[in-house]
Amino acid sequence: MSKTTNLISLVAGILFGFALVLSDMTSPDRVRGFLDITGKWDPTLLFVMMGAVTVSVIGHFLLSKKETPHFAEKWHFPWVKKGIIDNKLIVGSALFGIGWGIGGLCPGPAIGSIVFLDPYILVFTVSMIVSMLFYKKFTTK
Amino acid sequence: MNPLYILALIGGALIGLSALLFAGGIGRVMGVSGILKGVLGKVTKGEYWRYYFLIGLPLGVALYSQVVPGYHMANTNPSYIIAIIAGILVGVGTSMANGCTSGHAVCGIGRLSLRSLIATLVFVSSGMIAVYITHFFS
Repeated sequence: MSKTTNLISLVAGILFGFALVLSDMTSPDRVRGFLDITGKWDPTLLFVMMGAVTVSVIGHFLLSKKETPHFAEKWHFPWVKKGIIDNKLIVGSALFGIGWGIGGLCPGPAIGSIVFLDPYILVFTVSMIVSMLFYKKFTTK
Repeated sequence: MNPLYILALIGGALIGLSALLFAGGIGRVMGVSGILKGVLGKVTKGEYWRYYFLIGLPLGVALYSQVVPGYHMANTNPSYIIAIIAGILVGVGTSMANGCTSGHAVCGIGRLSLRSLIATLVFVSSGMIAVYITHFFS
């Protein structure tokens, strides 16, 4: 069971990483360019999101009809439509957006791009992981 | 249409597909920040799938450069100070919001979650404002 879980996780990671480079989302310039609506706007990220969200919406709709996932006993996420919308969500997302905009990286490309051994990416990724660690330390008792 | 946009659509569809494989297979959200947060602390044997995903991600990037050689990522503003500050904002922000682009924008919106839609609208807007402000410093 856990072998299958690990294998699926590995394959999903590989596919995700491959797709990120294929769509050039591993280039911080592309991300900054998409967010740069008053400058030289680059719509590439919008096309990536359109592709991803379309597949995700249709797929999740089909999955929601199933009792359980293929290789697990239960769904580990809620199928609710609303969820909790609090200050933590808003402030956290706002902070994340600022970092995403100035750095040009979000967690997926940051981890995936480690293989480029680019010092900028490595500094960003280490800074991100260390601050997650600190956040976890100070918020969990 | 610019061939780059077609690649972007295909890449996006593959990202959606990887999220579905993850959800349909093991019933979890393929959110990179959440998966990463889970290994920063005690990791039980039942959670080793997290490591497999986090190793698969760079493997996929490496695989691409094997299949399509000559790829160079573009980054015209490689300041280390920016990298550190941005890293902190992304680390703290995604921890607080319980998700990033993959977890909220791809998976959450895919499930039609209002929470994720709001998170996405907020981080896209604040990202746009941040990039706008950087124009005054360059």
